[in-house]
Amino acid sequence: MKKYTFTEKKDTRSGFGAGMHILGQQNPNVVALCADLVGSLKLEPFIKENPDRFIQCGISEANMIGVSAGLTIGGKIPFATTFANFATGRVYDQIRQSVAYSNKNVKICASHAGLTLGEDGATHQILEDLGMMKMLPGMTVINPCDYNQTKAATIAIADYEGPVYLRFGRPVIPVFTDADQKFEIGKAWMVNEGTDVSIFATGHMVWEAIQAGELLEAEGINAEIINIHTIKPLDEEAILKSVEKTGCVVTAEEHNRIGGLGDSVAQVLVKNKLVPQEYVAVNDSFGESGTPTQLMEKYGLTAKHIVEAAKKAIGRK
Amino acid sequence: MEIEQLEKVASQVRRDIVRMVHGCQSGHPGGSLGCTELLVALYFERLKLKEQDGKPVFDMNGKDEDLFFLSNGHISPVWYSTLARRGYFPVEEMATFRKLDSRLQGHPTTHEHLEGIRIASGSLGQGMSVAIGAALAKKLNGDKGLVYVLMGDGEQQEGQVWEAATFAPHHQVDNLVAFIDLNGQQIDGPTVKVMNNRDLGKKYEAFGWEVISIEEGNDMAAVLKGLYEAKSRLGHGRPIMILLHTGMGFGVDFMMGSHKWHGVAPNDEQLAAALGQLEETMGDY
Repeated sequence: MKKYTFTEKKDTRSGFGAGMHILGQQNPNVVALCADLVGSLKLEPFIKENPDRFIQCGISEANMIGVSAGLTIGGKIPFATTFANFATGRVYDQIRQSVAYSNKNVKICASHAGLTLGEDGATHQILEDLGMMKMLPGMTVINPCDYNQTKAATIAIADYEGPVYLRFGRPVIPVFTDADQKFEIGKAWMVNEGTDVSIFATGHMVWEAIQAGELLEAEGINAEIINIHTIKPLDEEAILKSVEKTGCVVTAEEHNRIGGLGDSVAQVLVKNKLVPQEYVAVNDSFGESGTPTQLMEKYGLTAKHIVEAAKKAIGRK
Repeated sequence: MEIEQLEKVASQVRRDIVRMVHGCQSGHPGGSLGCTELLVALYFERLKLKEQDGKPVFDMNGKDEDLFFLSNGHISPVWYSTLARRGYFPVEEMATFRKLDSRLQGHPTTHEHLEGIRIASGSLGQGMSVAIGAALAKKLNGDKGLVYVLMGDGEQQEGQVWEAATFAPHHQVDNLVAFIDLNGQQIDGPTVKVMNNRDLGKKYEAFGWEVISIEEGNDMAAVLKGLYEAKSRLGHGRPIMILLHTGMGFGVDFMMGSHKWHGVAPNDEQLAAALGQLEETMGDY
């Protein structure tokens, strides 16, 4: 098992803020919009240096999406930012008509996704956003795994022409990817090569998968771990190449088991190569208040749960 | 263009509207007929458009041009006809309206790359937000072009409209002119009965808009006068709202003033009767 270490823990939303800071300096067309959550989205450095390219929208997410779509018509690259719940479910039709169907170059950047938002509870813990966004034709859906990757993804999507949903979160987690990485949209990242089981993880679950890989190694199981940071377009080639070797799959995501990464992977397997698959995901329920750690434990989203799922998948081969 | 000429164009646009809707036996003639003077006045007289050899040249960014957005996308027939008659695409293409493989979708879309369309609309309440964004982009780009957007009066019942109504004066979007087509009708009946919007002028004034009323929205001279007045009041920190009083179905006597022709197509007999009331001036497609 390849060793992954970290010297600090940071939140992925701060990676977004750092990426925006750089974009503010590099790309004069980048405009940031926010719906009364500037501090939560870590936009202060961007706003300080580019006050004329920041648009405060107030608590009006539907209007923010429409204004973003309009800005693209003048060649701007709007980054529309708020919590994931308000960036997707609340404004689905606005995204569908004014952004996706109209093929507008809007970057929807969503923080506080999933259970790890924590104490605010289920009203704010969206677990359906990946599903909603990936169902929209033409939408690119990205869920990076740590601070550095979120920063790199933020910078990368500015150069990509088309609508993007970028999902990140609130809790501090280990920073284990390279600080100077180049982010390639749609290209899965091989975390660890293995032969017994393929673990496809996204977002916060990638670090859990690495820890699961170490636990499995101690039991003589050699896990292949792949970071699927881009849910759509999905790197089908990387998935199929991996299952050719391992013959079974675990998918891990901080999302409802319905409609997320697991279902996207299952669709690839059903069409190409039938192998056992186990889901590590929220079992079709809403979340609740609690600390991120407590919630991930209660809803079955830890390294331990990935280990159990891996053994089950191997047993079904 | 002289008023007489504009009125002739409007007559042809009305013929196009009823023929398009008849041709596919679906679509929305009522609101389309009511907004004919506005669309013709804008595209043939008011809007600054990029042109080559007397014909408009379309590009998505619309740099240094005036832009028009249709938020109540169901009145697509009046927009399609006006665009075609202005030279954006061949008039023959109107025969494909709402049919399979057409660029003239039931509701306007950029998906089929139809010249003149910059955003999809149809799901109501979204167009003003988009127009505001386009207006802000013009300000950021130092572009002096103006942005116009048309909404329906029933559409004012959508919450997003009021998010946008709050936003535009706050951000001093003073290169924007919005219209409400006040025809007093919506699908389920008169607007005052379905959901009373009450005094929209006072509402927008309270939100910080400059409000202008065009009482005779189907009188070309009155529409032009209102548009000139709007332009003279732009650039002073406030967006402009024009309350455009129109008659639904205007120009075809049996379609006038009733919500019943919101989304109903005429049959052969009704088409003949409608065309009998409208002079053919530019040649039917």
